[in-house]
Amino acid sequence: MPFADAKQDDTLRSWGLQPLPAPQTPVSIRSRHATLPRSPDKTMLPRGLGRSYGDVCLNGDGLLLMTDPLDRWISFDPLTGILQCEAGVSLDAILKLAVPRGWFPSVTPGTRFVSVGGAIANDVHGKNHHRAGTFGAHVRGFELLRSDGARQWCSRTSHADRFRATIGGLGLTGLITWAELQLQPIHNPMMDTEDLRMDGLSAFFDLADESDAHWDYTVAWVDGLASGEKLGSGIFMRGNHARPDDATPTTKKLRKPVEVPLHAPDFALNRHSIRLLNFMQDLKLRGDRQQKQIHFAPFFYPLDGVGGWNKLYGRRGFFQYQFVVPRSGQQSPVRDILRTLSESDESVFLAVLKCFGDAPPEGLLSFPRPGVTLALDFPNRGDSTLNLMKELDEIVFSNGGALYPAKDARMSPDHFRRGFPALDLFQTHIDPAFSSDFARRVEAIPPRNPS
Amino acid sequence: MNQNLPPSVLIFGITSAMAEHTARKFAADGCKIAIAGRNQARVHDIAEDLRVRGAAAIHELPAFDARKPDTLAPCVAAGFEALGQVDIVLIAHGSLPDQDRCAADIDTAISEMEINFLSVLRLCTDIANRLEALEKPATLGVISSVAGLRGRQSNYLYGSAKGGLNVFLQGLRNRMQPHGIRVVTLLPGFVDSPMTADIEKGPLFVSAEKAGACIHRALVRSAGDIAYIPFFWRWIMLVIRLIPEPLFKRLKL
Repeated sequence: MPFADAKQDDTLRSWGLQPLPAPQTPVSIRSRHATLPRSPDKTMLPRGLGRSYGDVCLNGDGLLLMTDPLDRWISFDPLTGILQCEAGVSLDAILKLAVPRGWFPSVTPGTRFVSVGGAIANDVHGKNHHRAGTFGAHVRGFELLRSDGARQWCSRTSHADRFRATIGGLGLTGLITWAELQLQPIHNPMMDTEDLRMDGLSAFFDLADESDAHWDYTVAWVDGLASGEKLGSGIFMRGNHARPDDATPTTKKLRKPVEVPLHAPDFALNRHSIRLLNFMQDLKLRGDRQQKQIHFAPFFYPLDGVGGWNKLYGRRGFFQYQFVVPRSGQQSPVRDILRTLSESDESVFLAVLKCFGDAPPEGLLSFPRPGVTLALDFPNRGDSTLNLMKELDEIVFSNGGALYPAKDARMSPDHFRRGFPALDLFQTHIDPAFSSDFARRVEAIPPRNPS
Repeated sequence: MNQNLPPSVLIFGITSAMAEHTARKFAADGCKIAIAGRNQARVHDIAEDLRVRGAAAIHELPAFDARKPDTLAPCVAAGFEALGQVDIVLIAHGSLPDQDRCAADIDTAISEMEINFLSVLRLCTDIANRLEALEKPATLGVISSVAGLRGRQSNYLYGSAKGGLNVFLQGLRNRMQPHGIRVVTLLPGFVDSPMTADIEKGPLFVSAEKAGACIHRALVRSAGDIAYIPFFWRWIMLVIRLIPEPLFKRLKL
């Protein structure tokens, strides 16, 4: 037995807490120079901080290559903002290093507790997608370790096809050991922000178009329970890094989050408690427009103050449903989705709406593409939740949309293929020893013959 | 310590997870750091990392191997030469042997004694003499273990090496006191690190990062001679040491 500790570890779940994987064997990658474990009968999958929601970070009956020991810097040039670091380094660590030196990640998702390797493998996006594209657009290169022992420096000029396959490649093309990132310059840690009330979906599109040119970061929070006249109402948020002259920087330490100690009871988040939360959110915005200067942490990472907030959904976990659809004028399919939601009995805690920019996708399997994206959280209530998502699928796929693998736990092989037409080309880059629950479920990898 | 210059720190066994995390704290303080370890490639990775974290200067010393006595003195000499003034020394290397193997094979036991006790004694003697000659206040921290405070059937070879080390450090502390040189015995309990990879983790385990922060504080900010890593081991070990031997010998610990 090469791996003594095959005990199932409760911490090796996904962020949505389901699906439950078959037992997995974690293997720590202690050094970026180390070789991959030899495992003729088990597949492997790199794992960073486990922040993807569904099963792209799970590999039942297989090995998980734990990258948390790969947390070293290699070099940082404060003149150019070029950072070289190992793949297990978190965005949290990058912020702590770079912000005091006047640099910021070029793209950041809604949590800073993701690893660089995970951010590349899921080609994550942020509120500045319309200006900056995805995380992968600012990756200058990375080293990829394949199961045959080959190490490849992948960039736009070296192994460019493998580079494109690995960005958004869901960890299936090999292990990223270290990467070179381009950061963006900032003057201080503050953000100039503006919150605007929007009374419907057309207000959202108007605000998005109006904000494109002058605001680096835009996103909207939508009341998923609103119906009729108020369908699509919510708050539109936009922000820019503060200029040097008009900032009053507050020094704020990036604190360790306060952990949620236990799973909440399953009924904690229901239609009524969510309505109350939405109402309180609404009260915070006085008038129709509010300008303020705030620290970057509450702007980008509103949920990061609470560690393990996923446990608030109870033991049964939750689903994220994030799709992208073409805009198709003001009669967007988003309207149909919101109407379906408001007519259903399911409760939506988070509904986040954003227009993607027109930048071509960075990776073969990158999710962001021109159009509009909506992310929804559903507490897992079993069949009724799954049925609602099936209804939403109809709308998404009849409009040429796609679902986000990093957040998915249930899309079909057919939906995956339709959303990611470059799949055939991608498959030629999959490392034969690598696999994941997601890849097997959506048949990105043909099922293995039990021999 | 000269207030105008960044402190100079000399670390042996830098590739131990605890030492590396302690060094990260010193790097963030802007210290000059000289580091030594057995695996030169890993020492180099850590040197690059510490440079980015803000160390004023990093010196990679020649490799040393605790099992090879003649590799120690050149390493110490190189460290003192590279840094000039030495304010803080941390000795961190060690190995956690399998007790059953040590009981079955005396050569294994002796080799583990060499790593965990004799090599530290060699380093400390050389370093103490050099610090004494520099005639400046300094701090010498040595990572021992709570396992050295009482012999238990599951771990007594390691425990006796660390126990011998604890008494040696007591004596050295006594000797160095008039010279303004602090000798700090660092006593970690369970630390989640590659050294304990095969041990099932319980609630008393702390991360190597947390242990590193405790060690940094014990060397820089506190004035104590003996530091438990983290603090609660002081009380656990108090209880363990109070158990009468006739009873203790019947326990399965």
